[in-house]
Order: sequence, then C-alpha cells, then structure tokens
Amino acid sequence: MNWTQLLTDIAAIIAVSAPLIIATMGIYLSERAGVINLSVDGSMLLAGMAGFAVAYTTNSLILGFVAAALVGGLIAALIAYLGVSLRISQTAIGFVLALLCTDLSSFLGNPYVQQTGPAVPAWPIPGLATIPVFGQLLFSHDAVIYLSLILVPLLAWWIMRTRSGLIVRGLGERPDALFARGIDVIRWRYLMVIIGGVLIGLAGAAYTLDLKQGWTYRHMAGTGWIALAIVIFGAWRPWRILLGCYFFAALQTMAGRLQDNTWQIPTQVLQVAPFVVMILVLAVVNCLGAPELQRWINRLPTPLRRVIRFLTSPAPAALGQPFIQQ
Amino acid sequence: MKTQFVALRTPVIAMGVALAITAVLLLLAGADVLAAFGVLLGGALTTPSRISDMLMLLAPLLLCAVGLTTSFAAGQYNLGIEGQMTVGGVAAMWWLRGYQDGSPVILYWIGAVLCGMLMGAVWALLVALLKRYMHVSEIFAGLGFNFVALGLALYLVFGPWKRPGVASMSGTEPLADALWLPTLTGTRLTLVSPILAIVMLVIVWRLIRHTHWGLQVRACGLSALASVRMGVPATRRTFEAMALCGACAGMAGALQIIGVYHSLVPNVASGIGLMGLLVALLVRADVRWVALVAFFFAIITSGSIQLPLALSIDSSISGVLQGLIVLAIIVARARRGEEAA
Repeated sequence: MNWTQLLTDIAAIIAVSAPLIIATMGIYLSERAGVINLSVDGSMLLAGMAGFAVAYTTNSLILGFVAAALVGGLIAALIAYLGVSLRISQTAIGFVLALLCTDLSSFLGNPYVQQTGPAVPAWPIPGLATIPVFGQLLFSHDAVIYLSLILVPLLAWWIMRTRSGLIVRGLGERPDALFARGIDVIRWRYLMVIIGGVLIGLAGAAYTLDLKQGWTYRHMAGTGWIALAIVIFGAWRPWRILLGCYFFAALQTMAGRLQDNTWQIPTQVLQVAPFVVMILVLAVVNCLGAPELQRWINRLPTPLRRVIRFLTSPAPAALGQPFIQQ
Repeated sequence: MKTQFVALRTPVIAMGVALAITAVLLLLAGADVLAAFGVLLGGALTTPSRISDMLMLLAPLLLCAVGLTTSFAAGQYNLGIEGQMTVGGVAAMWWLRGYQDGSPVILYWIGAVLCGMLMGAVWALLVALLKRYMHVSEIFAGLGFNFVALGLALYLVFGPWKRPGVASMSGTEPLADALWLPTLTGTRLTLVSPILAIVMLVIVWRLIRHTHWGLQVRACGLSALASVRMGVPATRRTFEAMALCGACAGMAGALQIIGVYHSLVPNVASGIGLMGLLVALLVRADVRWVALVAFFFAIITSGSIQLPLALSIDSSISGVLQGLIVLAIIVARARRGEEAA
C-alpha cells in the first residue's frame, strides 16, 4: 500500500464516519443524562427521510437539516415524556419507537424513493486545504464532516471541564444528589434528551443529504444500532467513542477494499462483517470489565493494565433509571 | 395477578388512538382511508388462499411470540430472536441436505425441526452467557448474533451451498419435492406449522403458569436478586427460559424452510421475530393473550400485502399500525399506574 493510497483511505474514513460521530454524540449526551434513547435506528431513518423530503420539495438544504433536527428532537421529546415523566421502561418504548419510526419512514418516504435531491456541496477550506497531508485529511471535506470534527472536542470540553457539564454527568450518576442541590433533574433530563435527539436527527440527514444521498426503503437501517453499540464500546467517554466510530468506518472501508481482491469471501458476507466484528469487540471489551476478571487483570504488567483500564469503564450509574422525587 | 385486559376500557381507547393516528397518516398519503382499513383488517380473510397465507405467517409469529413471552417472563429482552430463527433454518437445511431419494421423509422432517430447535437454543444460550458472565446487555449481544446469523446464512447461500452456476439472494438449490411439507390442495397451507405452533403455545402456557419452574422463572424476571435470596437458581432459570425461547424461534425457522421457502434464503426471519417482540411487549408474560394478538397482527400484516396493488399504498403502514397499538397500550398501562414491561 503506498502513501497516497493510505491518505485517501484515511480521508475516506474521516468522511464516512461523520454521521456516525454526530449520532453517537447525541446518544452520548442523552445517556450521560441517564436516559437511554433506544430508538436511534428508527429516529435516524425517519429524520433522514424527512430531511431528504423537505430538501427535495423546497430545494433548500438548510430547511432539510432543520426538518431532520425537528423530527429527531420530537421523537426524543416523546421518549423523555414517556420515560422521564411517565417512567415507562425506556427499553420498551425505545424499541417500539425504533420499529415504528422505521416503518413510518418507509410509508411516508415512498414517493421519494430513488429521487435525486440536493446534496451538501464539497467545501475545501481556503488556505488550509492546501497544507500537505493535513489539508487532504481534515480540510478538504464538506460542512457536515467539519461539524463531526468539531463536535467531539466541543462536547468533551463541555461535559468534562465545565460546571454545566458536571450537572449533566450528575444526572446520569447521582440525580438525587443534584436534586438536593436545587437542580431540576426532570427539566435537565428533558433538555439533554432533546438535544441528543436533534443530533441524532441531523445524523440521519447527514446520510440522506450527504454521505448516502437520496432515499430508499430502509436506507441506512442498522447503523443506529451500531451507533448505540459504539457508545458502550466507547465507555461513555467522547474520545473513545470517536475512536470507536473511526474503527467501525475503517472496518467498512476495509470490507469494501477486500471485495476488489480475489478473496474467496462472498461480497454479501463482507457487508455484514463490520457489524459482526464491532459487536464481538464490544463483547470482549465488556468482558474485560467484568468483576470476575479483575483479580486476574491485576496480576498483569502495568502497561497492559493501563490499556485495559482505558478500554473499560462503567456505565453511568443511574442509566435507564427513572428519577423519583423524594 | 389479574390480567390487564380485565378492564377493557383503557385498551379500547388506546386502540382507538392508534387507529386514529393511522387514519391521519393514510389521509396525509392521499389514500382512501376506509378502503385501506378494509384491506388491512379484512383483506387477509377474503379468499381461501389468502387465509392460508395468513395462517402460514401466523404460525412462525406465534412460535416467536410464545418463546418471547418466556424470555420476557425471565426479564430478558431477547432481540436476538431473528438470528435464532435464522440459525434454526440453517440447521434444518444442514440436516435436509443429507436426504437421498427413497429415505423415510418423516425422519428428515422431524430431524430438521429438532436440529432447528437445538441450534436456536444454542444461539439464545450464547446471548444469555454473554449477558451473565461478560456483562454485555442482552439487547446488543442479541443484535450482534443476529448479524452473525445473517452472515452465516449469506455465506452458505453464496458459498458452499450455492445453487450450481448462479448464486443469488433467492436462496440455495430447492429441496427435493418429497421433502416439501404437504399442503392442502390449492393453497400454500401446510397444517403442520400452525398445529406445532399451537402445541408449543399450550406447552409454554402450562409451563409458565402452572408449574413450579414457571413460577421460578417469573420470580427471576421480577427481581433476580430477590429470587436468589429465596433460593431460586436464577442463573439456571434465566438460561432455561432463554433456551426455550431460542428453541421456539429455531423451530419457526426450520418450519419456514421445509414449509414455505423450500430452500435456505438469507432472510429466513424476514422481520417475523421483531413482530413477535411487539406481540410479546403487548401481552408481556401473559401467554393466554398471545394467540389473539398474534392472530390480529398476522391479519394486518398479510392484509397489507395487497395494499400496493389494490390502492397503491405502501404496505409498511401495517408495521406503523402495530407499533402505534403497542405504544398506545404501553402508555395507557402506565397512566393507569401499572408498571410497564
């Protein structure tokens, strides 16, 4: 493999993972606030469809993204109402909504199948795009990909370094302690889930208007579940989640590359392979965090132990738990 | 535990809301609402051949839903059901490939169904093991194994078991005619599938409701910790419930192979498992209602297949209606102060 080929591949991985990063950051926000939004797969489909439909009819990309954000936010608001206010099992409603929104996207999206709509234009940043190596890797993309590049550092700084970020982390760890300090847990959870939903909606539109332009039946079904798995893989830390997104995108790129060679593996198998590898890696990483293994891990040499500690860290303690005011 | 359907008012209102939203969606799509509902709710019952198609959908749906009520009783969200159905089909096909002209067909049928059940149970146990010993949520473990199962089926269809010459999504070389389950004349209905589904329904209902084993499984579902304190072998019961669910799904997959597809196709499950999850969410661990709800869902789904041709409406409205019904009833239950599934 030569140098230019490698650069092209890495630039492609950065581009392909953009919607995934936006979606995982949405999930990250809502799970840090203690609420599981299991509807991601359906939400992304419905929002992506809505975004494409609006952009197609109005011929305005901005309106398309706004519509997608609205749809994602509305679904998240429904989840917040049912899960946070009515305290229904977040798993149950998330799952039902995932299926419901998937079918809804097929039903409402029927007239838009195989249409050609507007697409996000490439926008190399003047000046920066000509820098060798970094120009090609980071500054020769389009607005959606730039958003994905900015989003992770921004959220990491907000959640880990600011006071309001501390509140968000508290929502997922010890909501009762926040309540005792005079913070309206319910309102904050609503806010975080809805912002998360907006990001998930934008991720849907990032597919239909940018990376996988257009609309077909179940356009990018499955990616939502992968996004949920990547957040667990990333142990609810933004940088590790980013790593997970790039890892998955790299697997997909590699699967595409293997098809060109004369390997004996059928194409259709390669298409599901990244999903399989991702889930298996998740299982191994989760396994390393199991309390049964801690004694064994403690005997390992320090550098190895550090790697394992980096990969495993527990879920927010109050994840999925409804908050009941004392 | 009184059934939630004793007070029928709330579910009826919930159903009304679900139907109303569906009507609005149909209006938005510019469809003739009454005609569409006519096809959705009655279209599956108009001709004998349509009724038989509906029953052939009902059988695997019922099997999945019955299995899932068991895993729900044990408190597990078995999202791996689709994969369990797929490997059941794969195992059945593996067994049937040993068939030579003249061998006793009945042995191959029984063997295929048993292989399917065994493989489905193994697939479900893998999920249960990952959950218990590696702390992977059963939802993601299940989804992961769905992808593995799909990959396996795709590999076999396009690799070792491919049709000579052309490998395609339409499946492997069809089974010998003798191996097709006999159908009622003029229809695609094989009586074996619905009968087996009903047998499993009765068995599981007895097990869950009327045995000590079932009581222990339900105790694990309500609180694993409390049941361990009371001396229930919670890990074992959870594993057994998951295995039973996987076996039901595997049986459904095997029956789809010998009764419907007559070859291994990549998507043996084709969403039936997910529909079964909706049914199970609706009835929770109460097996008595499974048959009724599954019947209703099967009618809607097979009715909707006629929608594109008859009224040029997209058939996915059936999934929308089913999802809305489940959502509305879950919400109605919560508003009545019951704990949700």
